[in-house]
Amino acid sequence: MTNSIDPSIHLQDANLTQKKAKTTVPLLSVNNLTISPKQSPTKRLVNNVSFAIEVGKTTCVVGESGSGKSLTALSIMGLLSKQLEMPAGQVLFNDAQTGVKDLARLSQDALRDIRGKKIAMIFQEPMTSLNPVLTVGFQIGESLTTHLGLKGHLLKAKISALLEMVGIPSSRADSYPDELSGGQRQRVMIAMSIACEPQLLIADEPTTALDVTVQAQILKLLDTLKTRMQMGMLFITHDFGVVADIADHVVVMFRGEIVEYGTKDAVLNHPQHPYTQALLACVPDAEGKKPLKPIDYAWLTNQATNSVIRDAKL
Amino acid sequence: MSQIILQAKHLVKTYSQRSGKFGFSHTEFKALNNVSLTLHAGSTLAVVGESGSGKSTLARCLLQLQPVDSGEVIFNGHDLAKLDQKSLRAARKDLQMVFQDPFASLNPRMRIGTIVGEGLLVHDLGSSSDQQRQVIAMLKRVGLSEADMQKYPHEFSGGQRQRIGIARALVLSPKVVVCDEPVSALDVSIQAQILLLLKELQVEMQLSYVFISHDLRVVRHVADQMMVMHQGKVVEQGEVESIYQSPQHTYTQTLLSAIPGQANLKKQMA
Repeated sequence: MTNSIDPSIHLQDANLTQKKAKTTVPLLSVNNLTISPKQSPTKRLVNNVSFAIEVGKTTCVVGESGSGKSLTALSIMGLLSKQLEMPAGQVLFNDAQTGVKDLARLSQDALRDIRGKKIAMIFQEPMTSLNPVLTVGFQIGESLTTHLGLKGHLLKAKISALLEMVGIPSSRADSYPDELSGGQRQRVMIAMSIACEPQLLIADEPTTALDVTVQAQILKLLDTLKTRMQMGMLFITHDFGVVADIADHVVVMFRGEIVEYGTKDAVLNHPQHPYTQALLACVPDAEGKKPLKPIDYAWLTNQATNSVIRDAKL
Repeated sequence: MSQIILQAKHLVKTYSQRSGKFGFSHTEFKALNNVSLTLHAGSTLAVVGESGSGKSTLARCLLQLQPVDSGEVIFNGHDLAKLDQKSLRAARKDLQMVFQDPFASLNPRMRIGTIVGEGLLVHDLGSSSDQQRQVIAMLKRVGLSEADMQKYPHEFSGGQRQRIGIARALVLSPKVVVCDEPVSALDVSIQAQILLLLKELQVEMQLSYVFISHDLRVVRHVADQMMVMHQGKVVEQGEVESIYQSPQHTYTQTLLSAIPGQANLKKQMA
């Protein structure tokens, strides 16, 4: 019990994980994931999606709204709505302690053991994803009590340490969410998600609702934490600026399918698929030299849309 | 330089908040602290700042949607802050606004035709068949069709709704349009469409924009002049080019350095 809050022990663990992963399988590999509504099984909301996340690396998923980014993330956590089903696909999670498991085939009880402890998620809207009637300290402590059985002053100490880690004074543990600013609430969400030192962190547009200055702080924080804890990170965004700052690998999704997958350098600097090129062309640059070009969907549909999947080794 | 179309001088707006025991006392909070601006005809003035810096309050005070505590807003030789209700309403024909959230700013129980045509009705411009024609022309101009007039807002996507918001503002052929974060709720691909549409319409209809945004990449693309606000004050003001090249105020420098992906995306732009 006490071991789990001792950082040195954890670091050893992380190093072990890394060595193991290099020789064997990646931390998470999603294979041929398909999601359909139960009412109309022929419709594919997410179609045949495959990608991998390595230990200590960040994979960014980029795409417009409705492209299936969030559904992909939710299906990894087993949080899909009851109206949706997964007719095909594997979500292989390489747990450092217990080996590879297919999350798509696990029972709810087994999943509950993994959620929050080994895989954690930061949700999109910091304004709505915290419970307004509980203090932020309590909300951060919940997963620590559930998964690690922490209580009393040990729990308090851990909560304070987590808050300090994300840059909030530990005295704010007794504050309610409405007493914090948007950026602070998002930091609380981050503190909650890293509380049990997960091996994989899923961040669903964690900075979209925030100001640029706060966004820059949060991105820096996530990057530091990722390096320190050797986490793998799945980062969902539609901002190519953010992708350029934090990604190792990039997955571009369009209408439920992956159209391009490769290293950051390959996708951003040498985009192959017409959709990736079009999407990059409509991002305004800070110099204001590049003419904006909106996406012509009719033209895109006529293009040969074979997906471009490159060797994703860095 | 072209002529000045809208000018604001020394605007002050204070909000009071309840505080202390049982909320019996008040604390004053200056949302606008001596803000002045000048908008030239046919140009775009961007207002930049973090949330809480007073950008949206400025937009509302310019159009007199909120009364200012002191200061004057001069449009067409009149101080809008001193006009009575009736003449203010007449003046609003030339001053329109495009709102931030396309999901919240359209009445869900009105058809698109009615939403877009309401301004014409209020200002009693032309016969009803004339109004109908203008609404159709405007909808077509922003990329929607005549059939869309019969639909309700929920039938449209975010980008389409923002087009409706733009059509609603522009059907009166205003002179000044205040755009309050018109693209911040949209995807990058849709954002580019809307920005281009706004630019085209500016040239066609000789519009002047006050463009409120927190995205400095967007501002760089649309604006001629810009002002940076921080805690209700203007900290820097000038030509977009010169501010991006050599920001003087430390806050402007912080904002500019916080733009994501600068170093890493540069290679791609070159």
